[in-house]
Formats: sequence, C-alpha cells, structure tokens
Amino acid sequence: MSEIRLQGIHKRFGGNPILADINLTIAPGEFCVFIGPSGCGKSTLLRLIAGLDDASGGELHIDGRCVNDVPPAQRDVAMVFQSYALYPHMTVYDNMAFGLRHLKLGKDEIERRVRSAAESLHLTALLDRKPGALSGGQRQRVAIGRAIVRQPKVFLFDEPLSNLDASLRVKTRVEIARLHRQLGSASMVYVTHDQVEAMTLADKIVLLKPLAGQEGVPSIAQVGHPLDLYHHPKNRFVASFIGSPGMNFFPAEVSQASSSGLQCLAGTATLQAAVNASGQQAGTAVTVGIRPEHVQVGEGSLLGRITHLEHLGEHSYAYLETGLSPAPLVVKLAGSRAAIGDSLRFALPAASLHVFDAADEALPRLAANLAAA
Amino acid sequence: MLPKRLHAADLAYYLLLPLVLAFSLYPFAYAIASSFKQGSALFSSDFWPKVWSAANYVAVFAEQPFGQNLLNSVLVAGGVVLLSLTVSLLAAYALGRVQFRGRGVLMMTILGVSMFPQVAILSGLFELISWLGLYDSLWALVLSDLIFTLPFTVWVLVTFMRELPRELEEAALMDGAGVLTVIFRIFLPLLWPAVAATSLLAFIAAWNEFLFALTFTLSGEQRTVPVAIALISGASSYELPWGNIMAASVIVTVPLIVLVLIFQRQIVSGLTAGAVKG
Repeated sequence: MSEIRLQGIHKRFGGNPILADINLTIAPGEFCVFIGPSGCGKSTLLRLIAGLDDASGGELHIDGRCVNDVPPAQRDVAMVFQSYALYPHMTVYDNMAFGLRHLKLGKDEIERRVRSAAESLHLTALLDRKPGALSGGQRQRVAIGRAIVRQPKVFLFDEPLSNLDASLRVKTRVEIARLHRQLGSASMVYVTHDQVEAMTLADKIVLLKPLAGQEGVPSIAQVGHPLDLYHHPKNRFVASFIGSPGMNFFPAEVSQASSSGLQCLAGTATLQAAVNASGQQAGTAVTVGIRPEHVQVGEGSLLGRITHLEHLGEHSYAYLETGLSPAPLVVKLAGSRAAIGDSLRFALPAASLHVFDAADEALPRLAANLAAA
Repeated sequence: MLPKRLHAADLAYYLLLPLVLAFSLYPFAYAIASSFKQGSALFSSDFWPKVWSAANYVAVFAEQPFGQNLLNSVLVAGGVVLLSLTVSLLAAYALGRVQFRGRGVLMMTILGVSMFPQVAILSGLFELISWLGLYDSLWALVLSDLIFTLPFTVWVLVTFMRELPRELEEAALMDGAGVLTVIFRIFLPLLWPAVAATSLLAFIAAWNEFLFALTFTLSGEQRTVPVAIALISGASSYELPWGNIMAASVIVTVPLIVLVLIFQRQIVSGLTAGAVKG
C-alpha cells in the first residue's frame, strides 16, 4: 500500500522559513486536502512530495521508502498541475503516452492504458487533437488522464480547478471524487484554497498556517476530518478559516468556570458556553465565537438591529448591531423577508459556542452537548 | 462620397516609402543590371543593359573554382548554424532555467566576447588555428565564426527559454524525462520560431564573413564566396572584371533571399498557444 509519511519536514527559501516542523501521515487510499490562506506553503508542501522541491530538513517516506533523494519520476507519484502543463506540440494521445514511453512500456501496453484512460475521461474522440484545440475543461481532463495512465501510488493535485469556470468546477469536483472511489488504493493529495472543495472531497484536511515558522510554531494548524475541523477547531485561526461566512468572534470576560461549563460577560450580555473550562480563572479575558448558522434567530433575550443584508435566495445573511461587541454579528436567516433596520431577537445556544483562551487556543467543547449542535 | 482626407502621417508614409525602398533595393538592382552587361556597356550610363548577356555568369564558374567556393560557404555556414544551435540550446537551458552562482557574470562575459572587433582577435586566433593545425581548412572558419554567432544565439535563446512555463518542464520531469529530452523534445519544438530566426541570422553572418575567411585560408579550393569574389581578378592588374564580380554577388545573395522567404512563416507562427490555460 502507499502510505506517505512526513517527519519533521522543514523548508526555507533564502532565510525565510516557509514550512516548519511538518509531521503528517497520509494513509493508503486516503484523500488528503492541504488548505490554507495564500502564502501558507501548501503548494510547496505538495512539490516536496512530488520531488520538485527539496526539503531543507526532515524525512519523507512513500510506501515505507525514504524518498528524499529519489528523483520525481521514480517516486511513483503523478501530478496534475494548476496550469495543466500539457505539451502544446503533442496530440492528446502523445501527451498521455509521453511518460509511459519513458517507463519503457511496450507499445501495446501504452496503447491499452491510454485508450482506457481516455475512455473513462470521455477523451476518446479528442485523442488526435492538440491542446490548443481543446476547451479548458477538456485540457483539465487530459491533465488528469496523463496522471492516471502512470498508475501511480499517489496522485498530487495542485489547485486543479482554479482555472475552470464555476459550473465546470462543480462538475469536475464530482468527477474527481468519483475517480478517487474508482482508483481505490491510490492516495490523493490535493491542494486548494477553496474550502468547499476541501470539505466535500477530503477524508482528511490539513490546514496550514502562514508565517508559522517565524513565530516558532509548526506550520500545520490542525489535521482531521472536515467535520472535526468544523466542529472542534483547535484554535482561533482554524475556527476563522473554516466556514463561510466566517465565525463571529467577540471578546468576553470569564465570570464562572468549571469543567462542565463556562459563564462569561460579553458586552452587556451574560453567556453560557458548554466547554470544559477547568483551569480558567474568573476575570480573565477570553474570545467567544459562534458560526452564523448556529445563531438561533427569533427566540431568546438578545436584541440586534440589521445594518446590512446579503440575499442568497434560499437564505440570507444579516449583519446585526448588538450589545455584544462593536463588530457586527453575522447571522443566517431562512428566506429573504428581513429588511435593513429591522430588529431581531436571537439566542446564542451554549452548545454552539466556541471559547478561546488568551493564547487563542480553543477550550474543549463538551461532547454531550454536540449532538444538539 | 468625399475622398478620405489624407492625414499628415499617411502623407509621410507614402513619401517615405519609395525613399526607403529605393535606398534598400537600388544597390541590389544595380548589381543585377551590371551582371548582365558586357564589355564597355558596363561603363555606359544606362541602368538596364541594352543587350542582356549571361556571359558573366558562365565566366564566374569557368575562371575560378566558384562551385567549390559555394559548396565551402554552404558547409561553413551550415556547420556554424548546427554547432552554434546545439551549443546555445544547451547553454540557454543552463543559463535560462538553472539557478547557479555567477550566472549574470557569465552572461555578461558571453556578451563581452562579441564586443571585440574581429581585427583585435585576428592575430591571436591565427596562432590558435595554426596550433590546432587547422590553417587553410574549413574547420578553421567554422570554429572562428562561432565566436560571433554564439553570443548572439545564446542570448536570444536564453531570453525565449526563460519565457517557457516552468510547469511544463516540471511535468516532463514527473514523466521521467531527462534534461536532454526536456531540451530537445519539449523545448525545441516550442522554441522553433526563435530557433528559425536565430539560425537564419547566424547563417547570414557566417555566409558573409570575410576577414576570418581571408586570413585563415590560402588555396582557392578552400575559399568561401566572399573571399573568392574579392579576389576575382581580370586579365591584367589594371582591369577589374565588374561584370563577373556582380554576377558572383547576385549568385551569392539569392540563397539568402530564398532562405528568408522559407523561414519567414516559421518565424511568424507562434507555437506556444495552448501550452497553459487559455
């Protein structure tokens, strides 16, 4: 099987640390997505696995073999580039066959592999065309086909959908998920900045933090199942990155804390949060967070006035002026009947609140309450 | 409808066009006209000959080994183009796509080499050629012509090679291609327009080269055409056979014009379309 293991991987460009202390295991057959804001080094990490860049420190194992000094072509990996990087002077067939010829495969075997890949990607009719005569989506499929024919242990995707228009992007996303199921044992590593892609495709999300190296902390902010990152962000950075629109944050002061809950004062309101707050002292400053979709509108005792509205058809997002903090509170409303200037009642359920300590680390949420969240 | 008003720019265009055309074409037209004149007609004031005669063309080949000279020129210029392209493609890859210390200095040195006037390096080069035992051989010319073609071809190809997308090279690398495969199977086809243009200019430079060819060859059989033409002499030292010289010049120019016409299309066609996202 094809397990990828990264141990203490570092990468510096010039004197700047780009990636710091990466420890990560990608299981065989797993779909792993690297995500993070621009400049976090997610593409660099992918290129390290591909062998296009060398790590400044640490070890990289593919399938139990240390591949630090193994050239890209011998790592049993195939890559789909963001710009597709098709050979413009070759036909689609030759583009796909190019790598196979270097593997010294027989002519019949090459023909068979290219034909079957073309078949599954609906490219058979285009095999004699050159990339210049193809549409963006077709070029994308050729790029994927070029990776498939190699039958690699690991597929690497570098933002493969970012050059497609919105509708094609959704279609290709489904296509890639199908491909992953179909190929079964091959692992996939996928880089994107689009969290919808990450949430929908990934078995495991690796969220990278920019400039981590300069702060002396590891680059990986959190690793886990998409829903894990959504429900149990480890710190404020993860909480703010995952979810769209982003989580609301407001400062609060602890008034009571125990292992079974926390009471705090935010602005003029007193809030209850279902988190394990043992160790927190009354009077310390914390940050409270709640996702727009978890604010219960129409009930409770808190009041807010709508200052801005975003209608999305099925639902809308309202920006509320509240007594909680100077920053507006974003809430999700069903339908689109509200108007700017309206006053709304809302509640912040204890089970939906996230609390972050002074160092922006999350306090563990109480599992018993999560079923309700 | 009123005729379109002639703008000052249009006027200047139509005034300058014949001027430029005349300036660039007159010498060549004069050479063609003279090459068909015989005897005293050469010195008459008529532009076109009254009696057209091909005798000069026959004489060029009869009075000296001009066929051999033409072949020499083809061999030298062709050899120079082949060698300088091979070397400069490899050099352009190293200089354009590999990061190493001293790359800028190296590029400047290469450019610096081409800045010396030919005369300045002539005597030193002569020593080198004799030491290599290449005196009075075509190899001497191929070798010395590389001095002025290489810097030019390297610089042009480096510029074009830098423009090629990096991902293309990386894709080839992932496909298991070595450096030579990347250069000759991936980059060369994409650089074809640039390669065609630079080879053409290198060919012309080597074809017309005179000073090295004059210095490093001795026998008539080893001469290239520019030298052969310059050394065409008449029956006595007081007579310069203008007719023969002009005929030879026309013969020498025609291959260049044909080459330019052939490669013109190659130079224009942009092959990189569709390399990356469109």
